Amino acid sequence: MTFSITLTVNGTPHHLALDDLRVTLLDLLRDRLGLTGTKKGCDRGQCGACTVLVNGRRLNACLALAAQQDGAEITTIEGLAPEGRLHPLQAAFLEHDAFQCGYCTPGQIMSAAGLIAEGADGADIERIREGMSGNLCRCGAYRGIARAVAAAAQSENGETEA
Amino acid sequence: MSVATPLPHDAARLHVTGAARYVDDIPVPANCLHLAFGLSQVARGRLGALDLDAVRAAPGVVLVLTAADFDPVPDCSPGAHDEPLLCTGDIHFAGQPLFLVVATSHGAARRAAALGRAEIAQDTPILSIDDALKARSFFGDRLVWGQGDPDAAIAGAAHSAEGSMEIGGQEHFYLEGQAALSVPQEGGDMLVHSSTQHPTEIQHKVAEALGTGMHAVRVETRRMGGGFGGKESQGNWLAIATALVAARTGRPAKMRYDRDDDMIITGKRHDFRIDYRVGFDAAGKIAGIEFTQFCRCGWSQDLSHAIADRAMLHADNAYHLPHARITSHRLRTNTVSATAFRGFGGPQGMVAIERVLDHIAHEVGRDPLEVRRLNYYDSVPRPAEGLATGLEDGRGKVPGPHPVPQVTPFGMPVEDFELHEMTETLAASCDYAGRRAAIRDWNAASPVLKRGIALSPVKFGISFTLTHLNQAGALVHVYQDGTIAMNHGGTEMGQGLFQKVAQVAASRFGVGLERVRITATDTAKVPNTSATAASSGSDLNGMAVRAACDTIVARLAEFVAQKHQAAPRDVVFAGDRVTVGGAEYGFAEVVKAAYEARISLSATGFYKTPKIEWDRIAGRGRPFFYFAYGVACTEVVLDTLTGENRILRTDILHDCGTSLNPALDRGQVEGAYVQGTGWLTTEELVWDGAGRLRTHAPSTYKIPACSDRPPVFNVALWDRPNREDTIYRSKAVGEPPFMLGISTFLALSDAVAACGPAYPALDAPATPERLLAAVERVQA
Repeated sequence: MTFSITLTVNGTPHHLALDDLRVTLLDLLRDRLGLTGTKKGCDRGQCGACTVLVNGRRLNACLALAAQQDGAEITTIEGLAPEGRLHPLQAAFLEHDAFQCGYCTPGQIMSAAGLIAEGADGADIERIREGMSGNLCRCGAYRGIARAVAAAAQSENGETEA
Repeated sequence: MSVATPLPHDAARLHVTGAARYVDDIPVPANCLHLAFGLSQVARGRLGALDLDAVRAAPGVVLVLTAADFDPVPDCSPGAHDEPLLCTGDIHFAGQPLFLVVATSHGAARRAAALGRAEIAQDTPILSIDDALKARSFFGDRLVWGQGDPDAAIAGAAHSAEGSMEIGGQEHFYLEGQAALSVPQEGGDMLVHSSTQHPTEIQHKVAEALGTGMHAVRVETRRMGGGFGGKESQGNWLAIATALVAARTGRPAKMRYDRDDDMIITGKRHDFRIDYRVGFDAAGKIAGIEFTQFCRCGWSQDLSHAIADRAMLHADNAYHLPHARITSHRLRTNTVSATAFRGFGGPQGMVAIERVLDHIAHEVGRDPLEVRRLNYYDSVPRPAEGLATGLEDGRGKVPGPHPVPQVTPFGMPVEDFELHEMTETLAASCDYAGRRAAIRDWNAASPVLKRGIALSPVKFGISFTLTHLNQAGALVHVYQDGTIAMNHGGTEMGQGLFQKVAQVAASRFGVGLERVRITATDTAKVPNTSATAASSGSDLNGMAVRAACDTIVARLAEFVAQKHQAAPRDVVFAGDRVTVGGAEYGFAEVVKAAYEARISLSATGFYKTPKIEWDRIAGRGRPFFYFAYGVACTEVVLDTLTGENRILRTDILHDCGTSLNPALDRGQVEGAYVQGTGWLTTEELVWDGAGRLRTHAPSTYKIPACSDRPPVFNVALWDRPNREDTIYRSKAVGEPPFMLGISTFLALSDAVAACGPAYPALDAPATPERLLAAVERVQA
């Protein structure tokens, strides 16, 4: 028996038949939907590279079974801003040189989006540093990451022309 | 000019939108096969029967291969031919691949691999440095370098000290694990996408495994999600395995290590024990010194000899050691084969002498920074400065701090020493003396929390010590519409190499960066390249690209000059314009005219580093073109009841020569400091008594997080031109700042020293457990 779920991913509804109930949300996004912006770093929920928003809250997609997300609204890095535009967080990561190799960057940005939605005070850099500590960056670009998140949290919501 | 400009990373926009493609993101045909290794759980023994029936019967499995399926069994080593792809009988470490599963999905391959059963006649593994010494298990003979008469100098000195320091290894933890994808082409050719710092070696090893020439294998590397040395040789296994399967089946084959497998199979930074004996005077000036370095290499040679050599080459760090002996033992153990990691042995050699300087300061009761500066190499005036003062002097003599450079224990003159001025500058800007006094007072009133501070230098040698590797090639095309495509042998792993080299190209043509396209590293475009390693990426590839650009610029200049009866040197390329005499053209206009005049608009470039020559057996010569310098001051606070600690403030001054891109260089310096601090504090690799790595995931292996970086973090670049003729007088920046993290370790030791009279003798990494033990030791 196949099990089917409905997911809204970046605004587009998908009706998906799952032939293996063990498939994670991460593998589904990457392998079935071709959304490879969400990365697999450790596959055990400890590095944060796979962070996506599920119903507006940040989640490690490698630890979530796709089958449990039936009906959920999911936002990945590809859907954070309309095509051709940059979300304020994306613009801030560019502006503050908040990455090197870039592999953790989509997860960092999605985690920051979740953090800001949780009501983090943009002026409180300490809260940002703690709130972002679940997203590892081996290149050590933390100074830029913290500054980018702070800048985006303080800026008005809306999109920036790229 | 686009050089010396703080521009963002070349793929910045792709990174923030998730569009930057890594190997695992490349779309593959539906018939792509996925690979997984079955691993030995035993560290040492003899492989008997392999029962793989359950593996073969598992869902999705297409093929299962063992060593018996190959003749000869392909080799994965970077040179010593001691790393068979699959176990041929002797088991050398827990994690060694025994068999290879080929399946229709990544998950199916991994699940099936877990079903294999191996009969193994177990033997007692050689795990620790002491085990290896007892069993006399070495790679090669010990190496001894030095100068003067250290024994007499130590014996004749007023004071002496001795000690031993354990220095732990380090997992790379590149966020993107090892990955390769091989796609078979017509006529037996193979295309390999590999997350590697060394595409030429992948090409070489894949060709060897397939039994073809290198011309039949093309390797492409667009980017890595971090490398740090971990992708210099460790990607060979995946590339070879996928190419062999692709050749056998005619289907694309992909392999990506799961994180746990990656940490268990791939090499890490070498751990060391370094013993020392030093004689010094009452002020702390070193008279003679002896180091014995024990380097744990693991089961195969990999790059261990070159790494252990570099540890010896940095045993002096910034200090003149006229009487020194450095002995190096390379130990073979039944653990994963240790490999390149940012600094390549240099950090281990350096942290040991910094420990010695600290120990001396403790013995003579002086501030460690004073003792460090007392032992620094002498300054040598910059050529321009020396010449000017020499002329003023009028007697033909060049006055200066020390006109004849002092030499390292391996006989290389230190001609570009910058650390006196850099230390003076940083000590003033971070108020080292004032804060040290304040910390002393604070500690006196604080029974549980203790603060510590340390300011330490870095002097790091730039060049591959295997001299022939110091070469690079480039390929530059100017298309008839005036756009430029550029390729070189360097690989991009986040360090910003592509952007720096594109800036060089744009500057040579006098155009904006938007005209320049950087294309993926490709062995079919630039052949016979060296690994992007040894911090050499920009130095070597920047020069090679410059040479290629200059060839085309010269052709264009001659063409334009001819039309105007001018000399080619009078043609100026700047601001996207080409001017000669009173005439002015757009760059694209000139290119179009040159194309129509049948002028070649494509060129290769080549560069080899000058001045270097090195005899590694004798330990004499000039292995490095120049040195890069840095100084860091770190302040910490330590809870003496738990060992828990925090960095409070960090100040850094780092030498990038004339920076090609201050934004990228600053990022390298900050990130390297964070990574270096992780190595010496929280990152602890633990093997159990059976030789199994117990810290094979981020749950048990702690790399620095966002909350760990210093709340006050002042980073400045020492913006003085390189004295040697490098690309725009810049300096390499990949590895040198890693060792700025040593200041964190020394600051923690300083905090421990505030707890009692004895010297802390702290080992690395300084985990809370180790710190607590050291606190108890000094209080005893």
